[in-house]
Amino acid sequence: MPKIETAEQVKRFQERCKSALDRFPIVVSLCNGTACCAMGAKELAAAFEKELAGDESVKFIKSGCHGFCEVGPLVVVRPLDVVYQRVKPDDVPEIVDRSLRHNEVIDRLLYRFGDGGKVFAKEGEIPFYRNQSKVVLALNSLIDPYSIDDYLAYGGYSALARALEMTPDAVLKEIADANLRGRGGGGFDAGRKWNSCRTAAGERRHIVCNADEGDPGAFMDESILEGNPHSVIEGMVIGAWAIGGDDGFIYIRNEYPRALKAFGNALKQAREYGFLGENILSSGLDFDIKVSRGGGAFVCGESSALFRSLEGEVGEPRAKYVHSVERGYRDEPTNLNNVETWANVPHIINRGAEWFRSTGTKDSPGTKVFSLVGKVENTGLIEVPMGITLREIIFDIGGGIKGGKNFKAVQTGGPSGGCLPASSLDLPVDFDVLTRAGSMMGSGGMIVMDEETCVVDVAKYFTDFLIEESCGKCLPCREGLMHMSGILHRITEGKGKPEDLRRLVKLGDAVAAASLCGLGVSAPNPVLSSIRYFEDEYLAHINEHRCPGSVCSALISYHIDPAMCTGCGTCEKVCPVDAIKPVPDEERKDGLLREIDADVCEKCSACKEVCPEEAIVVESPAVTTEHYRENVTEMR
Amino acid sequence: MAVTDQQVEELLKDWVHDSEDLITAMLAVQEKYNWLPPEALDYVSRRLNVRKPRIYHIATFYKVFSLVPRGKHILQLCMGTACHVRGAKLIADAMARQHGLQFGKTTDDGLFTLERVNCLGACAIGPILVVDGEYKGNMTTNRANAIIKRLKREETSGEGGNA
Repeated sequence: MPKIETAEQVKRFQERCKSALDRFPIVVSLCNGTACCAMGAKELAAAFEKELAGDESVKFIKSGCHGFCEVGPLVVVRPLDVVYQRVKPDDVPEIVDRSLRHNEVIDRLLYRFGDGGKVFAKEGEIPFYRNQSKVVLALNSLIDPYSIDDYLAYGGYSALARALEMTPDAVLKEIADANLRGRGGGGFDAGRKWNSCRTAAGERRHIVCNADEGDPGAFMDESILEGNPHSVIEGMVIGAWAIGGDDGFIYIRNEYPRALKAFGNALKQAREYGFLGENILSSGLDFDIKVSRGGGAFVCGESSALFRSLEGEVGEPRAKYVHSVERGYRDEPTNLNNVETWANVPHIINRGAEWFRSTGTKDSPGTKVFSLVGKVENTGLIEVPMGITLREIIFDIGGGIKGGKNFKAVQTGGPSGGCLPASSLDLPVDFDVLTRAGSMMGSGGMIVMDEETCVVDVAKYFTDFLIEESCGKCLPCREGLMHMSGILHRITEGKGKPEDLRRLVKLGDAVAAASLCGLGVSAPNPVLSSIRYFEDEYLAHINEHRCPGSVCSALISYHIDPAMCTGCGTCEKVCPVDAIKPVPDEERKDGLLREIDADVCEKCSACKEVCPEEAIVVESPAVTTEHYRENVTEMR
Repeated sequence: MAVTDQQVEELLKDWVHDSEDLITAMLAVQEKYNWLPPEALDYVSRRLNVRKPRIYHIATFYKVFSLVPRGKHILQLCMGTACHVRGAKLIADAMARQHGLQFGKTTDDGLFTLERVNCLGACAIGPILVVDGEYKGNMTTNRANAIIKRLKREETSGEGGNA
């Protein structure tokens, strides 16, 4: 493959790639995202490859994440434009025969909403997809992430060709005019950052992509790297041109081996085609990207810690009185943006700042990718315009709460964000509104919680996570979080004291005020926001020893509802501590009534998992077996 | 497995140039041996001209590294937020009580190492237990228990066969 050397050649090559694609009348796109793979996409791919061997009319794509993880593995057939869900290898011959050869839709593989509900065939009709507007994720189900030709066929690297014909100043201005804000969490103005880096004093400038997506419950960046790695490369090269970057790095989280592989392959191809390397498209720009892997440390997503890690050191942050745009990697000017931010850049150059600003809100333009997870019907990866309300995301796209339960809270911004209650559901989602509400946009994790979630337990979970992940360099974060965790543990064990809430707030304020890096500054947010909105739940734990979500094990007891139990004995078989015994003379349909000895029970929930009758009930505050037996009617 | 300088060099030669590549070098060693054998770290120290305290500082800072040999079976329980609210903690507690598995520890018989991971990006099927690299979704305490029991059974019957 000879190198592509001019913008004209890019165009010609794109046309060639497009006509190569157009030669296939039929395209089958199998989602190869992490969740679909875990649900059997690999076996499915093998089945398709076997079935389609030697068939020249079908292009079979193992694509990146389509988004609708809940009903995976997903298969899309075009131009029939039909989405098949929960596909099994046994379904493949039928799909090939009926849908590929005879253009028929297979009804039983279509998505249905609710039990026996409405059937949806086309992607554009499924409520989960219908309410999204995809920009960064638009190509995910259309291209093979391992094929640069596919990316080119859809206009890939046009933006680079265009940018290289503009002056760096003009590119900078376009990004600044677009008001692109950093998608990694902070929401800092990317145009301003680029400009500061460009004008900072120094010999060499570095362009870095932050792919250390450490927030638990968030996989936006993973899906972009796995699904469309070239968009990130293209964005970074454009950045290098505008900023005057000499070399590039991507710092990929260790837990993402698949993203690493896809991106590494994309780099190789981009070099072969001449989009990376020396004198890119005859512009005089020399630029390449090196991959650096994380070692499983959350703090390395923080800029100054990330640079230390790139240098082969321990990832400890440093004070930020000097910005990383001036002194970052090797103490030289460095421009760090996250994956999604870089992936937005080619779209802005292609379609202009005005187009970008036409979506979203005035101060937060564009779209944002979220991973919508937790107790929601439709778990998955979504891209929505900024300014959409939480209610639209959770109920219209997410399909509401799993199992028809009640909404309690939504957690945004990961360990740096907070829990928002039902009264916040109509807030428009943008950087500033969420911060004002006591949470933050963060990188885009959105964890939905129902009535069976305990907000104190979640606050404890995040605090303990942050203790584990704190680098330990500064005292407020290291010690403050320990003490906050101690109080939270006490509360969830029913040993809370009335003054604990005041103490938590005081400690939280101190940690936020005095910590060195952003991790520490935002660390108390999960606790402070949950006290702000769910003080009554804290008080229930402290004053009544009651866990409203029936989660905190010291405050709950397991029992069997005698009216529901059919005496099948499944629970007794799985109980690891023999806490379940038959009750003599209490005949039921399938055997003797069972009873849990609350003194022996370890509250592992094994019985609740298996009971076919949902007869296992959890009481809070905890009661004795005798008490439950005598008062079961009132307690029900 | 005996660790020789040549073996370690084989891992490093294409990737590792200077001390900035230290973490990359250590990751390669960790992947090959499943832990960081002292002989390998000796070689890395000489090869990159990096003092050992820095190497051990890094080995203890980043979670991916282990300074002791890990178990025959690696179990990774996802403790990401989505898995947490769907009951991953119950599974962790049950594995600790029933099988003595603790996060970051290897069992005395060398059979299992349990690791805590924070989000594998497959939240739709949480809670997730990864058993020797294979993702097992919608995990429950009962299923986790069954998996561990099966692996233990295979071990004892395998040993019986060898003897």
